Amino acid sequence: MMQAFLASQFFFNWRRNLSAIIGSVIIAIFIVIVAFGPLMVAQDPYDLTQLNLLDSYKPPVWLPGGDPRYLLGTDGQGRDVLASIIYGTRVSALIGIAAMLCSCLIGTSLGLLAGFYGGRLDAIIMRIADLQLSFPSMLIALFLMSAVGTGVDKVLIALTAVGWVVYARTVRGSTLGEIEKEYVQAARVAGLTNAKIIRRHVLPNVLTPLIVIATVQVGTFILIEASLSFLGVGVPITQPSLGLLIKNGFDVLFSGLWWTSVFPGLMIMAMVFGINLFGDFLRDELNPRLK
Amino acid sequence: MTMQSESRDPLLSVRDLRTWFHTFSGVVKAVNDVSFDLAQGEIMGLVGESGGGKSVVGFSILGLIDPPGRIEGGQILLDGEDLAKAPEDRLRKIRGREIAMIFQDPMTSLNPVHTIGRQMDEMLRLHTDMDEAARRRRCIEMLESVGISQAEDRLRAYPHQFSGGMRQRVVIAIAMLAHPRLIIADEPTTALDVTIQSQILKLMKRQVADHGASMILVTHDLAVVSEVVDKITVLYCGQVVERGDVRDVISAPSHPYTRGLIDSIPNPDHRQPRLSQIPGTVPDIRNLPKGCNFRDRCPRAQALCAQEEPKLAPTRQSLFAACHFPIGTGGDA
Amino acid sequence: MTAMLDVEGLEQRFHLNPGLLDRLSFEGGRPRLKDLVVHAVNGVSFSIAKGEVLALVGESGCGKSTVAKTIARIYDPSSGRIRIEGEDITEYDHARLLPVRAKMQMIFQDPFASLNPRQKVRDIVAEPLLQQVGDGARADVADKTEALLARVGLNVEHGGRYPHQFSGGQRQRIGIARALSVNPGLIIADEPVSALDVSIQAQILNLMMDLRDEFGLAYLFISHDLSVVHHIADRIGVMYLGFMVETAPRDQLFVKPRHPYTRALLSAAPSIRPSRMTEEIELTGEVPSALSLPTGCCFRTRCPFAWDRCAVERPVLQDIGDGQSAACHLIDEPERDNP
Repeated sequence: MMQAFLASQFFFNWRRNLSAIIGSVIIAIFIVIVAFGPLMVAQDPYDLTQLNLLDSYKPPVWLPGGDPRYLLGTDGQGRDVLASIIYGTRVSALIGIAAMLCSCLIGTSLGLLAGFYGGRLDAIIMRIADLQLSFPSMLIALFLMSAVGTGVDKVLIALTAVGWVVYARTVRGSTLGEIEKEYVQAARVAGLTNAKIIRRHVLPNVLTPLIVIATVQVGTFILIEASLSFLGVGVPITQPSLGLLIKNGFDVLFSGLWWTSVFPGLMIMAMVFGINLFGDFLRDELNPRLK
Repeated sequence: MTMQSESRDPLLSVRDLRTWFHTFSGVVKAVNDVSFDLAQGEIMGLVGESGGGKSVVGFSILGLIDPPGRIEGGQILLDGEDLAKAPEDRLRKIRGREIAMIFQDPMTSLNPVHTIGRQMDEMLRLHTDMDEAARRRRCIEMLESVGISQAEDRLRAYPHQFSGGMRQRVVIAIAMLAHPRLIIADEPTTALDVTIQSQILKLMKRQVADHGASMILVTHDLAVVSEVVDKITVLYCGQVVERGDVRDVISAPSHPYTRGLIDSIPNPDHRQPRLSQIPGTVPDIRNLPKGCNFRDRCPRAQALCAQEEPKLAPTRQSLFAACHFPIGTGGDA
Repeated sequence: MTAMLDVEGLEQRFHLNPGLLDRLSFEGGRPRLKDLVVHAVNGVSFSIAKGEVLALVGESGCGKSTVAKTIARIYDPSSGRIRIEGEDITEYDHARLLPVRAKMQMIFQDPFASLNPRQKVRDIVAEPLLQQVGDGARADVADKTEALLARVGLNVEHGGRYPHQFSGGQRQRIGIARALSVNPGLIIADEPVSALDVSIQAQILNLMMDLRDEFGLAYLFISHDLSVVHHIADRIGVMYLGFMVETAPRDQLFVKPRHPYTRALLSAAPSIRPSRMTEEIELTGEVPSALSLPTGCCFRTRCPFAWDRCAVERPVLQDIGDGQSAACHLIDEPERDNP
């Protein structure tokens, strides 16, 4: 299996594409952080007993007054910025991935139904999608959040409501192409039910373009979630994401205490940058027209 | 150039052409040591099955080989000028002016967002110094000569407003505009219905004769070739396996592959219960067997065929074949 | 004996649904929405006996493939009757069609698009049979699949591969094995060799003929290639613009074609053996649009013989003896047969 991958054209092209390598390395680092982050830092920033108010607003270690225990300094409660960032990255990344999976599931299902059955069902689903696309996604998410309240689950709902459309449209388009092909007609002649045709024949053949969309969407979702949290309608203060960390530090940003918000910001940037680099590579690799 | 040398030298002379594609899964020797001559006014059929390399020969002559493909060696002499080594801007001048092309799908050579008139006019602007009125007259004349009525109105039409057959007529008209000396037609009628196909073939043959041009007709269809061309070159796995005058090749080929191709076509005059078929499939061109490429499918193969690659050599009449045991030269029927 | 397949007055119309603006027209200054209808098949009747090969020939857009796919019930017919061994399946729903699918299978044109790229070959071949016997009989189906692969000239290890690992001819063999899996009496073959190289084409045609002798198959063979049709068919139907214009036993059609369109087709077909008797009927112009059929005879716009009667009266297929029928007014007025 591994051998086959190393000999594949995918791997061959990956090795020759610097930005793909950089993107993959960044993503790999973030996967490690998300999986093992809490083991890497001494402090659990949300365990109040581990916080010491005397250590509040320590600058990063390389500035005068820095404390070697707090590499990137501390915030107003004496919380280690590095530890907060690592915990916050987990929240941001998991929300991004979970919301992507929900969007993908719902959008793909609706797209398959619309494309396969056509007619009124298609018209209804696609008009809702069009309507949705005529508003900025940030605005829709903001509106939903203010209607349903804050919380991780609410953020997921808002992001899914924003994100399903792109899957539905893509899948519907590919489905229309696939059902014209002779292998789908052959399945009809073989006597398969519509449900089986969709599951066995159409679905596996419309998934490839979704890989690219899903990858890039994780990045987009991380940004939207950060914006929502920054505006105070995202995750609760007990589970701060990177966006909320930026907001918390933002109040004191201009008093010279820049590290509390700048480092989480850099973290978001690095994560989304890595995802997009890798997404671009996938787009080129998986696009049959460029072959 | 004097008349004398023109009659002696061919218009186009391809010598040991090698066009290879360096792909991830190996080197594809799409064209490997192909040589042929084409005289002024001659029509040659370049025949073979898919993967034979026939289209790549056409594209190589036009200088349209893109990476990962490359002309690795050999010469393409057009009137003595080697196109294989000519710089791109020289090739650009030659394409359209000296060499015109006609493709299978007319939509690939017509620009869908411009009118027919504009595309024809552009061709003349690029390659002649006629003034606007003269160019327009010439376009109308040309459209009429390919059998398009109401030519003046049709100049204002877009490609999608024509049917497939009409589009191919337009493409032929554009190809002929600048009086090219060589036309390369790559499967020009494959996408068309038989009744339209026969119209287009007749038209092409007449146009080529009227302009005194030469033509290479690239096709997989022996029946099409036999009705149009003067001589045939048969390709298999990127190499010439047989060439000769059309009558000799069709009626009594000497290479077993050519024989197999001809016998595979059902014969309405002598219907047999089974068609004679060439067994097996074309070998993987990235990994060709030693010796003759055709030996695994050949009914006449012997030990020698596995050891030594056959060279193109005269067999009988006008025929040249790359075969150790050509048909009809030994004691067999 | 009941016919394997009997088709009566088959019609197939497709409603195009372009955007509103494309359908909008003005008649007498008032806006109207026209309904764009493609008349793909216009009343075609024929029957195929057990073990017989009927070929439908014609140029692109003549409706021959639509006839095939409507009989296979990929499309629902607009009107007419389809009977398989006497059983009228025209109105059948999915559940009632399932047993019929065991009698009738299909081979497709495009060896690349007709196999699901993400299914293994053995799953592709087994699919029709699995629908018939249910998942419980998987072991039997697996044995049968291996036997089928061997029969069409592939081997067992090919079963574990994916379609892209095969050449066009091999893929077509896979498609044939799939169709054979349920032991059908009728195979509808939609241009099965037109995408193949000529040497491979001969292999596939020979295989199809062998299978016919072995299993007593009847074929509805769709093709545009007259030389292929001449080789494989017992009887030939010529279609033009959704109409059957002539039908005759093979040799009859090639020796004594009656309809001007058949004659033009025969004379236009390129041949490497120019000795054939050649009557030159060269057609001008192109096939009219199936969106608006010509009045009267469908062929009159390109017919060198057409006269005023052809524009008014639509000719019907009439028997002219020896199993041959043609739909042409020339049969009533043979004196006009000199263009």
